[in-house]
Amino acid sequence: MMAPMLAEAWHAMGANRLRSFLTMLGMMIGVAAVIMMLAVGQGAQFAVDQSIASMGSNLFIVLSGSATSGGIRMGMGATPTLTTGDAEAIGELPSVAAVAPIMPGTAQVIYGSSNWSTMVAGTTPGYLELRDWALESGYAFTDSDVRSATRVVLLGKTVAQNLFGDTDPVGKTIRIKQSPFLVIGVLAAKGQSLDGRDQDDTAFIPVTTAQRRVFGTQFPGSVRFIAVQAVSSDAMSAAERDMTQLLRQRHHLPDRTDNDFDIRNLTALANAAAQTTRVMSIMLGAIASISLLVGGIGIMNIMLVSVTERTREIGIRVAIGARQRDVRTQFLLEAIIISLFGCVVGVLLGVGAAVAANLIGSVPVVITGSAMLLAFLVATSVGVFFGFYPANKAARLKPIDALRYQ
Amino acid sequence: MAAEALIRTEHLFKQYETAAGPVPVLKDVNLTIARGEFVAIMGPSGSGKSTFMNILGCLDLPTSGRYVLDGRDVRALEANELAALRNRVIGFVFQGYNLLPRATLLDNVALPLLYAGVAKDERSRRALELLAQVELAGLAHYVPNQISGGQQQRVAIARALVNQPQLILADEPTGNLDTKTSHDIMEQLVRLNASGRITIVLVTHEPDIAKYAKRLVRFVDGRITHDGGVSVEAIEEAPA
Repeated sequence: MMAPMLAEAWHAMGANRLRSFLTMLGMMIGVAAVIMMLAVGQGAQFAVDQSIASMGSNLFIVLSGSATSGGIRMGMGATPTLTTGDAEAIGELPSVAAVAPIMPGTAQVIYGSSNWSTMVAGTTPGYLELRDWALESGYAFTDSDVRSATRVVLLGKTVAQNLFGDTDPVGKTIRIKQSPFLVIGVLAAKGQSLDGRDQDDTAFIPVTTAQRRVFGTQFPGSVRFIAVQAVSSDAMSAAERDMTQLLRQRHHLPDRTDNDFDIRNLTALANAAAQTTRVMSIMLGAIASISLLVGGIGIMNIMLVSVTERTREIGIRVAIGARQRDVRTQFLLEAIIISLFGCVVGVLLGVGAAVAANLIGSVPVVITGSAMLLAFLVATSVGVFFGFYPANKAARLKPIDALRYQ
Repeated sequence: MAAEALIRTEHLFKQYETAAGPVPVLKDVNLTIARGEFVAIMGPSGSGKSTFMNILGCLDLPTSGRYVLDGRDVRALEANELAALRNRVIGFVFQGYNLLPRATLLDNVALPLLYAGVAKDERSRRALELLAQVELAGLAHYVPNQISGGQQQRVAIARALVNQPQLILADEPTGNLDTKTSHDIMEQLVRLNASGRITIVLVTHEPDIAKYAKRLVRFVDGRITHDGGVSVEAIEEAPA
């Protein structure tokens, strides 16, 4: 029963090719829009999630604070109020899992005839742990390297590639600010950060080495920031409170004075970013769904015209024994074929457009089977939903009226 | 006789609701048609003969009165049962042929079988058989507008017969045809009737066509004014 009905529906559509095509076009555009918007939205979400994952979890950054000098207020980090001692003290707090002081600076790194300007950061072995950063080759420097301020360096992936190409840098000696450094390891690639920086364009050296030999500072032991990881996401606020208390105490700040440091909760920022993309993703999907709805209304419109046009045909069918159900099925099938066909082409168009956006516009896209399945199901339901009223109208025609219709 | 009758109407009334009020079309029509009869219904335009045919064909329902077809009171049946009656008991032949313009002749003839739930191969086999019976098997894959009116009406007859109905309702089947073709069609109907299995009710306003029937029913103003033999006098009594 179904096969000949399908053939008839196909036939009926073939009789009005342009009209069927235009109706499908509405569906195609709707489905393509949904697929593409979902791909872009999910792509953005994926990129953010990845950045968050690469950042490490439950992180704080403690910055040295502003200072007022002769009535002129300086920005954050203007005075080096934080020290490696502060970092060690923070590490003792029960709410803190890991801590690492950071002393960054920009330097030219040179190997043979290649050179590259990058961020060289002095830190402790704890930093890699805190950022959940693996080594691709070699090994990390140790606490004893920090104690004795040895000239060893860990290269980020980008730096290693720029200086060494495909050769393994481990065991080679590079020069940073004229001092020779032994490359002891290469870090695994981490990709872009949330703000779009290349996190692999960096090199790490022991914090003491940075302080004493590379970025000589007039404040011994000072660091620019301290990265802190709380023991869990629940302990974030406790950790922040403990650190504030500890640092005020260590810096001998009297009551009612401002902190001379600033604690930033990176996870909160990341969560806000993730939330924003999620909302954007939903909104894109919602906007695209409107075009799907419009496509569905197009189907309904055409089916109503079709029912009116074919009233006499319906009359003939009823006269020779078609039941209401047969007539309804026939028109419903037409609507479903239109929407399914539009959907298949729409999925292809949408995927194509998403891939094109990815290749041409470098927009991150994620195309999932579930998104396509969803579009498919929605399109079919749209076909059934908007096809049902016209189909029912056809089925309920009185045989004698339908047959007399001119 | 009554128990044997294929068609029995009792006090059949039909009125249409119009803006100007109800318009009575059939007024107390009582008619019994036995199996195997060949009845011609004549009457002037507006006499109610077409309305009567539509009611006989279960395309329309009477306002009041009983219509019993093949032992079943039509007014008590549901839409699906009426559809089944139209599909299996009745075969229609219309003045305008009423073939599906986009379907091939074979598909047109096979269509009632589709609604009867017959399998594909069997549908094609029987449709082809019926087309052969009306001598159009060679044109099975043509569409209706590629063939003549007479041929289209033969296809319509094949379609009416394909589900082996007991009753053929022909509403001015020759109305659009020339004289020679009209007589061909009528002879075909006579042959069908002669087999004894098929009852034919024919509406026509042409005396020549009515002569093929064995019984003449004349409608005037919603009532039966003559029911009896097909004689020249009866036919000429009140020309349509």
